Amino acid sequence: MAEDRNEVWRDELRKTLKNKERTDIPRVRMNELNASYRAHVREEVNQGLTEEQALMESKRCLDCPNPSCMTGCPVSINIPGFIKNIERGNFLEAAKVLKQTSTLPAVCGRVCPQEKQCESQCIYKQKLGKEAVAIGYLERFAADFERESGKISVPEIPAKNGKKVAVVGSGPAGLSFAGDMIKKGYEVTVFEALHEIGGVLKYGIPEFRLPNSIVDVEIQNLAKMGVQFVKDCIIGKTLSMDDLKAQGFDGVFVASGAGLPRFMNIKGENLIGILSSNEYLTRVNLMDASNEESDTPIYKGKKVAVVGGGNTAMDSVRTALRLGASRAMIIYRRSEDEMPARLEEVKHAKEEGVEFLTLHNPIEYVGDEKGRVCMMKVQKMELGEPDASGRRSPVPVEGAIEEIEVDQVIVSVGVSPNPLVPNSVDGLTVSPKGTIVVNESMQSSIPTIFAGGDIVRGGATVILAMGDGRAAAKAMDEYLTK
Amino acid sequence: MNKIVSKENFSENVIKLEIEAPLIAKARKAGHFVIVRVWEKGERIPLTIAGSDEKKGTITLVVQKVGVTSTKLCNMNVGDEIADVVGPLGKATHIEKFGTVVCAGGGVGVAPLLPIVEALKKAGNRVITVLAARTKDLIIMESQMRQFSDEVIIMTDDGSYGKKGLVTTGVEEVINREKVDLCVTIGPAIMMKFVSLLTKKYELPTVASLNTIMVDGTGMCGACRITVGGKTKFVCVDGPEFDAHQVDFDEMLMRMGAYKEEEKADLYKIGK
Repeated sequence: MAEDRNEVWRDELRKTLKNKERTDIPRVRMNELNASYRAHVREEVNQGLTEEQALMESKRCLDCPNPSCMTGCPVSINIPGFIKNIERGNFLEAAKVLKQTSTLPAVCGRVCPQEKQCESQCIYKQKLGKEAVAIGYLERFAADFERESGKISVPEIPAKNGKKVAVVGSGPAGLSFAGDMIKKGYEVTVFEALHEIGGVLKYGIPEFRLPNSIVDVEIQNLAKMGVQFVKDCIIGKTLSMDDLKAQGFDGVFVASGAGLPRFMNIKGENLIGILSSNEYLTRVNLMDASNEESDTPIYKGKKVAVVGGGNTAMDSVRTALRLGASRAMIIYRRSEDEMPARLEEVKHAKEEGVEFLTLHNPIEYVGDEKGRVCMMKVQKMELGEPDASGRRSPVPVEGAIEEIEVDQVIVSVGVSPNPLVPNSVDGLTVSPKGTIVVNESMQSSIPTIFAGGDIVRGGATVILAMGDGRAAAKAMDEYLTK
Repeated sequence: MNKIVSKENFSENVIKLEIEAPLIAKARKAGHFVIVRVWEKGERIPLTIAGSDEKKGTITLVVQKVGVTSTKLCNMNVGDEIADVVGPLGKATHIEKFGTVVCAGGGVGVAPLLPIVEALKKAGNRVITVLAARTKDLIIMESQMRQFSDEVIIMTDDGSYGKKGLVTTGVEEVINREKVDLCVTIGPAIMMKFVSLLTKKYELPTVASLNTIMVDGTGMCGACRITVGGKTKFVCVDGPEFDAHQVDFDEMLMRMGAYKEEEKADLYKIGK
């Protein structure tokens, strides 16, 4: 097997350079579009690595006997295995190694918070006090190389085992589950509520961070493998779980995502011009509202405040810049250290001219005579003791209230699970927060129904959702074949 | 894709469409709505279902030409395909035997009121239906309403048909005449606001079915949010029907105008 560290080629490859020579190589820098240009266009900001850059970066990896990076990966990608294939110039093989464990490597290479996962556990970071191997960049490189080569390997599909499974939702959890189950010989049908396949990868993450064409290739691959996709079909509404049973589905994997956007319930929050990041991003990404041809309207704010510090907040504020905002602000109640967004997103936002008003919390919105928001009042905060999340909790600085002129506010303070499926299935155990309760095998209180992704976690990352899909596929297969 | 199988012009600006949507026709109940996207670059708009034929696998929508999308939809013909129709969405109307129910419908709101009138009648209620419009030609679905109502009162602004006056005049007449247990109202937001103000005076429980701006219609975007009893609710998943006396209609009216300027700028797309 290609990932076997003891294979002759791997052993020889390790000997081609001394460790000192490897660790002396500085970490590669991602090729990016110039900040002043990219802040006004939808083109992908990160341009990927060249072959030379990827080869050089791959040499930095020491091919550790106990690769700690893998412990930081939610789907345990064979990281040294794919990187050493890059080093020996076998990029297609590197992509194959990735695909053994990850359904969407081109996506993960772009949107995973590597600095908190694999790269945080890299020996460079842990022991050498140096910058980690750029695992995420290399993952993207291998996946992009394979896609652009036109030689995408479609995994071999075994003979059908006669069993049918349904997937509710076509986001990362659903796609990952579908990919695994089709490879195990099941007939797989994915039901999607929206008119496009891809879930959050399509409606949420903007083009400048994850081009739709990349997602579409992954979906086409699944379709080539035999996965059926049904759009405009809401399980729990258009078809019930009983309908699915009657159609002969032996198991159902619910990956319906985190639907409901949260608001802060402060005065004036329902004024015109204040919208959830879900609405804003859906209009721009899924509905293509900023394109003149599209019938979906969008208000292009000039002074835009985005409330929140996560990736969705960064996506929203950078979208606002691209739609012509002259002032685009992040309003976040904690300090930058506590921001949940990927480091790269914060860096990119700053380079593009986004203002960061950290330790500021909105307390009221004021509207003009037409009911459109024109001003927000923000309370200055300072950091107190750590709270339940382990982050230092913000406390108001008495009397320090600021007024900021705005004409659009995008609220990005989190989401709650989509209630459609939990509400429509009798006997399904749901937590007080509205998430579907599952055991360690991702199995719900109804044995034929499994669940994963944000409908179980309440709001997490693409890679964790994919990990759930993978775990659920394994467990459902065991359940259905026992 | 969903094919249009029949089309009827109720008036110049109000059109009835029967659309192929077999799964929705089977699953829908009174009070449910669908999200429609007319074409590939179309927007998603909510429309309350006016009826269905499970055997034919069709649903009925009644659409008024208001903006770009509704006009494009009204201009489509039999045999044309609508890109997406998804549903049924929202919570179904709560139907039980209440006693006497006044159903007040205005404009195209009369269409989604029909299945509710039918269901209430079948549940054993005495149903008095008040239909209102500006003028005679705009009164729609009168004969179908008569089929399921114990009485139909017609109100027109100009007195060209039925009685002269607003929907509230008709509703008040019934309240003054006999004991009413429930009022159900569907129509323009401003009409529902005044029906609600009237019935509040008489402490008559009232349900209003709201039609707000939506994108996904499944709880994801929050564009449809309104204030009910001081709390923010989503029309798409918490509604579309609410206790009318708790709804902040002024805020709703304001929010309905959220994209007025952008919509105006888009009118050239329908030749205006």
